[in-house]
Amino acid sequence: MSDTTDLTADVPAEEVEEASVSVAEERRAAHDVWVSGTEERMPFATGTDEGAQEMLPSDIDPALAIQEGIEVDDDYVDEDDDHDFGDRQIINMGPQHPSTHGVLRLQMELEGETVVRVKPIIGYLHTGMEKTAETLNYAQGATNVTRMDYLSPFHNELAYSLTVEQLLGIDVPPRANAIRVLMTELNRVSSHLLWAATQGMDIGALSMMIYGWRERETCLDFFEKTTGLRMNHNYIRVGGVAADLPDGWRDDVASLITTVSRGVDEYEQLLNENPIFLDRTMGVGVITPKEVEQFGITGPMARASGVNWDLRKEMPYCGIDQYEFDVPLGKYGDVHDRYEVRIAEIRESLKIVEQVMDSMPSGDYRTEDRKVTPPPRKRIDESMEALIHHFKLFTEGIAVPPGTAYQAVEGPRGEIGCMMISKGGSRPWRMHWRAPSFAAVQALPVMMTDSLVADVVASLASADPVLGDVDR
Amino acid sequence: MAGISSEPGFLLTTVEKGVNWARTRSMWPASFGLACCAIEMMGTGAAHNDLARFGMEVFRASPRQADLMIVAGRVSQKMAPVLRQVYDQMAEPKWVLSMGACASTGGMFNNYALVQGVDEVVPVDMYVPGCPPGPQSLMHGILSLHQLIMDGEIRNSTGVL
Repeated sequence: MSDTTDLTADVPAEEVEEASVSVAEERRAAHDVWVSGTEERMPFATGTDEGAQEMLPSDIDPALAIQEGIEVDDDYVDEDDDHDFGDRQIINMGPQHPSTHGVLRLQMELEGETVVRVKPIIGYLHTGMEKTAETLNYAQGATNVTRMDYLSPFHNELAYSLTVEQLLGIDVPPRANAIRVLMTELNRVSSHLLWAATQGMDIGALSMMIYGWRERETCLDFFEKTTGLRMNHNYIRVGGVAADLPDGWRDDVASLITTVSRGVDEYEQLLNENPIFLDRTMGVGVITPKEVEQFGITGPMARASGVNWDLRKEMPYCGIDQYEFDVPLGKYGDVHDRYEVRIAEIRESLKIVEQVMDSMPSGDYRTEDRKVTPPPRKRIDESMEALIHHFKLFTEGIAVPPGTAYQAVEGPRGEIGCMMISKGGSRPWRMHWRAPSFAAVQALPVMMTDSLVADVVASLASADPVLGDVDR
Repeated sequence: MAGISSEPGFLLTTVEKGVNWARTRSMWPASFGLACCAIEMMGTGAAHNDLARFGMEVFRASPRQADLMIVAGRVSQKMAPVLRQVYDQMAEPKWVLSMGACASTGGMFNNYALVQGVDEVVPVDMYVPGCPPGPQSLMHGILSLHQLIMDGEIRNSTGVL
């Protein structure tokens, strides 16, 4: 016998046996869990059953059903519904599903073709980035955050850098600000292009996928030329940007603007009068302005519902208020309005990029504060002070005074905010992010409840969730 | 036994070449996009890079129809069982390509949340470095895998012909 304490010592042996069997049977009846590799291989029919795809038994214990994942536990729907449980079916969509834009899992309760309830289940991409950030110093931090919302890496880096700069109390040179605006707006374009591509693909306009990527590649080419990477750039850093713009950047950006504008015109030709596209988007996935407020939705989704809220106008950063642009608004708050708002935003962003091109100031691309930016290599040979600064920066990192800061930027999906608490030293004590996709995913039940199964994909795509942003 | 060579003869080697050629020329990937790498994987299949040149443009949503699982992105502890299940559902012969630093080793995220390399969950045939690997890197990995299959014997992952 083992020396572990037997908790069931004073219960008769047969009773224990009986109880455990009945619990086990109950569980098995409720949900045939099959964790691969832990048991012997079952025939396909049982082996592939992820549970919850069968009709609900009528006499099942609700608490057990929720625990086992065959009942959708969602407080959005009123409880006084008179649906017949016998006709309901639970379908799990994801986490491995091409239309969930990553690894989102939707648990849907269906009645025929109608969605009665939806529950988004997140966490399949939880990477522990906010915790990892506590072990990285401020120079390394941007490498971490750029991988959160991987479709808008520049916005993540910008929010991070602005927060640290707020704690440090430093200003960056005008050229750094202009480069930041240029890159973030181009990033908005590339993100919206990818959105157009996947939205089209998800509702059956497969050629949109190819078209959207065609234009997005031109943006990525410019990013690669400037930062060295197509994604996850680590380009916008505390105190400025990592490198100056490459030679001939004006020509590159000018040709990019031409290509993307032409591409966007083509999308509109393809989609605007396409009866299938209109049928599948108009009046689908509606969110009212009140719900936008309640769920904390920001970005194009909020603006498609007519909520005039754009951080670039309301709380300008990096001097973005000196450029002229409009904030496109929708009227109905449906999928089609989101499409129109995003397409209009691509054009507005290109307008900003054009203005940045014309008014790009000369000067430094990062701050000359030696407590933040290392001195040039040549100065180290000449100046003892420069050597000390260099040594301190690369051994200890940037010293940030204690304090709490929050800074948000308008990302392609809405307000990307970084909350940082510093207790002094070269690493943040705590960091938390406000993710726009999280709010959007939270609102999926509102958009999908009482719609048809086919509209689920359209609504989901229009929310443009990035799961890296949701789960972090 | 005397008189019987242990070397495979003309017929076997020719059949083997033929089968391997057929396997590499239409290797359908399962769409298993997880994070940043999935975007580059989509980019590889899209206009500029055109994975269709290698007969691989058909990303199948159903693992039953797929031959190659491209694990594109970081695998969290919560995702690992799903990954394994999708792998088990794929029909033989099947291959796994681990795309990017996170899938291969956990990458820069050495913490509580991530599986430190997808080879802890499924057997991996090819690793592609990068964070994320560009389309050219991914294609290089895929073509290297093709070469590996062409040079190998006809067998499935359990070693049975």
